[in-house]
Formats: sequence, C-alpha cells, structure tokens
Amino acid sequence: MRRPLEWQIATVKAIAQETAQVKTITLVLPGWTAHRAGQHYDVRLTAADGYQAQRSYSIASPPERPGEVDLTVERIPDGEVSPYLHDVLVVGDAVEVRGPVGGYFVWEASSGGPLLLVAGGSGVVPLMAMLRHRAAAGAKVPARLLYSSRTLEDVIYRQELEALASRDGLEVFHTLTRGQPKGWTGYARRIDQPMLAEVSGPLGTAALAFICGPTALVETTASALVQLGLAQERVRTERFGPTGT
Amino acid sequence: MSQKFVSRGFTGKRERAGGQGARVPPGQHLVSDFPVLSAGPTPRTDLARWTFTIDGLVTAPVSWSWADFQHLPVQDFVKDISCVTKWTKLDTRWRGVSVDTLFEHVELDPRAVALIASCDGGYTTNLLLSDALNGQAFVAYEYDGKPLAPEHGGPARLVVPHLYFWKSAKWVRGLRLVNKDAPGFWESLGYHIRGDPWKEQRYTDD
Repeated sequence: MRRPLEWQIATVKAIAQETAQVKTITLVLPGWTAHRAGQHYDVRLTAADGYQAQRSYSIASPPERPGEVDLTVERIPDGEVSPYLHDVLVVGDAVEVRGPVGGYFVWEASSGGPLLLVAGGSGVVPLMAMLRHRAAAGAKVPARLLYSSRTLEDVIYRQELEALASRDGLEVFHTLTRGQPKGWTGYARRIDQPMLAEVSGPLGTAALAFICGPTALVETTASALVQLGLAQERVRTERFGPTGT
Repeated sequence: MSQKFVSRGFTGKRERAGGQGARVPPGQHLVSDFPVLSAGPTPRTDLARWTFTIDGLVTAPVSWSWADFQHLPVQDFVKDISCVTKWTKLDTRWRGVSVDTLFEHVELDPRAVALIASCDGGYTTNLLLSDALNGQAFVAYEYDGKPLAPEHGGPARLVVPHLYFWKSAKWVRGLRLVNKDAPGFWESLGYHIRGDPWKEQRYTDD
C-alpha cells in the first residue's frame, strides 16, 4: 500500500543534549509509519506571514518504537532551521514533518551483512538507527562502526555505543582528528585507506558498507573501500557538507 | 498542505534569498557552494575507454568516443539548479552539448516518448522527451570554466536544470529511447517520476 507522504503535525516529546552542538528531538507523530533505518524526515517551519523553510534530518531511532521518532540535529551556526530547532523549540511544541523518506541508504536486519559503517561527525545519525535496529531486532550480523569525530566531546551517542559494542558482534572504532585525551588508544587521524583496511579487514570483501559524513570523508572512504575489494554496489553513501544549513 | 500552521517563534532568514527569492522554488534555500550527493562510490572512467551512446528506439544507434564528443558543437549554459535535498544554486556555468545536437545524429522512432540515461556506476534516470528537447537538457563536461570534477559527475554529466538535480545524471554514458516513461534509480526508490521543483514534485505522489 502506497500513500502520499502527507505533512503532519508532530509534537515534541523530549529534547536531549547529545554534545555541545547536537540535540536529539523526540517527536510523537499522529500518522507514524514504520521507517527503515537510514531514512529521514523533512521538517518544515512556517512563519506567521507564511514564509517557509524546509530541511531533512536523519532518523536516529529504530523502527521498533511505534508512534515516535528521534531526529538528531547538529546546530549549524549560520543555519536557518537547525538554530530554531536548538534555540527555540521546547517540549510540547508542534513541528510540521513528513516522511519517512529515502530508499537506498537503508539497512534492515533482513539486508544481512557483514555490516561496515563509517561515519564522520553527525553522519553517525542514520548509522545509529541501523545499530539500534540491529540490536532491537536481535540481529547477529557482524558489524563494525568506524566513527570520526573532532574530539571526544564531539562524539555523539558515546555511552550508548559502548553499551551496544559490549554485545555480540559489534565493534566500534573511534578516530579523533583534532585532539585526543591523555592515554587515548584509538585512532588519531583522518580516515585513510590503511585505517579502513584494518577496520574492514576482518569483515571480508563481502561487507555491505554505509558511509555518511562530509563529502571529503565520504569520497575518501568510498574510493578506498572499492580499492580494498568491496563491490561498488555494496558501498552506499550519504553526504552532508558545509551546506545543509 | 498546512493552511494555518505556524511554527511558534520562527521568523526565518529571508535575507538569504538576497532579492532573488523569485528564482528559488518552494521549500528550497540558496547555497553558494556546490554540495556533492551520490548514492555510491565515484566511478573513475578512463577517457580512452569512454563512449557516449544513443540507442533504443532509433533507426540506427550512434556512439561517440571522448575525442569525437569534443568535436560536437558546444554551447555555454548559465542555469539555476535545485536539488531535492533542498538547496538551490543560481547562475551555474556549464559547457556541453545539447541533447538536441546529439539527436541530430539519430532518427527517432515515432514510438519514442521518453529516455533512460545510463551511467558509470549503474545509475539511471528517466526523462520524457518533452523534458529533454528544445534546449532543456545537455551533456556537460565543463563546470565554471574547468573540466567537470569526478565528484560532480565528470568526465560528463547530463544537466536538466528545470528538474530536480537527480535527473542531471552524473557520469552519464548513454541515452536509450523508449516507448514508455519508466522509473529510473531514484524514481524507483520513492522519488517523483518527473521532479519539477516549481511544483515541488519531490516524492512519488507529490
């Protein structure tokens, strides 16, 4: 059954500060439909005089939470929609949204694996939906996440990732590109081919890869994974750059 | 559509349109950079093996090498482009060969009503002939005075500026004429069959 993607008025149920620049907004949707991990919602803001602005935000929550979705939003300083969502929106407010949208950058437990996830910054959001879905669905597909952040304080979902990684079959690798805490034993450079070879190696070349982050990271990673032997049709990308304000 | 919904406390940053608001389709915002979006790895095609082919419902298919393609009559285009991910970029400067020029080299079967563009990497997109002819579409190989960068679709991409930019297939290698407008890659994955930004035809049933 296909139906048009109608705009609906969601209600803000909760707002959580993830990092200094990142918040998760939990929306209750009157017309909720199960999404696929990796999909997004469009958010539309309307001013009193009718002026509108729209942006897309990835869903962070798994589909196993009927009636609501989490959108994790990075605040873009000169943006139009994200500063509103960060600075103005409060619990109980109404937000116009439509979705879920997107049909290629999606992973379901039935999609199999092994699963290689590579994220830069808030590019981790749709990948987190995949990992949460994997856990909620009880999937045992081997999975590895390589996650690039500027500093440890910029890592989104850090504690939850630790908790998820203590379960069967998921390993999480961090790289911190701008500063590392004392005693840091993870990677400390931008993602490159040797790093990808180390992280992806144990998954083999049959891995299904999802990459989300800034253009440079996505370009580097996708090209490197093809060179490392992954089939190009099993390397899926989603990008955001300095735009997306 | 919402009739009276207002986002509490939202005023917006309208100065972004800089007096060019009439050129920005609904739900879009202006950017000055050129975002890169694609579904998979950027293909790298050796120009020595690059060809561009028109086939399907034509009397005789035609194919050009990269060198031959460079000898086709070239045109400069300055166009506004809109991506379904909500950005619009004004006055983008392209050089390429119009689809009209390419079609001068084939005889179209009268049953041909649409085309499927195919690309390195397996991407496809569909266009009605009525959206591809009469100066509306071209195969570009220069952007802003330089060879088109691979991440932007180089060596050559289709540019159909009056439709959402997923129709402007990167790494395009051929056009196949068909007798029925059938969905390509994104059109099969929830995006609109035609994609007119002024009608905000983003998703399948918009």
